[in-house]
Amino acid sequence: MNSISVRALLVRGMLAGLAAGVLALVVAYLLGEPHVDSAIAFEEAHSHDHGGGDEPVSRTLQSTAGLATGVLVYGVALGGIASLVFCAALGRIGRFGPRATAALVSLGALLTLYVVPFLKYPANPPSVGDPDSLDKRTALFFLMIALSILLTVAAVILGKRLAPRLGNWNATVAAGAAFVAAVGLAYAFLPSVNELPDDFPADLLWKFRLSSLAIQLVLWTGFGLVFGRFAERLLAPRAGAPGEKARTAAPAG
Amino acid sequence: MAQSTAPAPAASTAIPAVAPISLKEIAPWALFAGILMLVLLYFVGAEQGATSVISGENVHEWVHDGRHLLGFPCH
Repeated sequence: MNSISVRALLVRGMLAGLAAGVLALVVAYLLGEPHVDSAIAFEEAHSHDHGGGDEPVSRTLQSTAGLATGVLVYGVALGGIASLVFCAALGRIGRFGPRATAALVSLGALLTLYVVPFLKYPANPPSVGDPDSLDKRTALFFLMIALSILLTVAAVILGKRLAPRLGNWNATVAAGAAFVAAVGLAYAFLPSVNELPDDFPADLLWKFRLSSLAIQLVLWTGFGLVFGRFAERLLAPRAGAPGEKARTAAPAG
Repeated sequence: MAQSTAPAPAASTAIPAVAPISLKEIAPWALFAGILMLVLLYFVGAEQGATSVISGENVHEWVHDGRHLLGFPCH
């Protein structure tokens, strides 16, 4: 295994991220945009002063090219990062082949980078959130992500340490329980943010957040499957082909 | 994967152990590509919000919808 395969995996990770981004973009456009529009309509109806009147980018551009830029760049960037995490995880988190490792890394990324922060600081539609508290909310959001990454890495290391003593299954359950407990403590001690306007429709907030979750589910499922296929094809021939030969040759000889 | 290899005695070793990639090989890629990816994420997720590298709000407005739907704090 040399650095060529790291580069090859990184390139494939970014491509898989782009493909997953396209899928996520379709979901974002079809499921997410209607709620963004409704939320902006609410904002305008309540004349919440924001931006100062003239829009530098039209709504049509924001909801098409702007949205595509955001989601695709997000997909490529996280695909690249996830492929590097995959390089580090491959062969180190148990007896998983490239495809299964890709699936586990994707699941881990979804939970670590999105679900865990989302449960404390969920996605908000336009008009939810006080512009004056943006600095605080941004800091808390990225702090929560950083904490979540640290706790996931710690849980993986803990699981590996416990595996020889408890066995793989129990070690994984124990590390998962420790992770949940630590995340629970973080939730309890970090300040909550609730800046919902008084009469903002509850169902709109719920649907917006659900569509945000759907975008991430599609992004990471797509990435795991596409990247897993790429990685399997890149890594399996070298590892698998001689093994296949040996296995078919053994009964004959 | 386990199903594709037949005989029972071989089942426990059905998945060949994948040789880990040495962390020394990954480190330079993780450093340079990792930082580049984080810069991309910064521009999608946070530029012209709490912090600004480029003045104005065109970047913010351009990725506005993506920022909301991807869960970043926007405004």
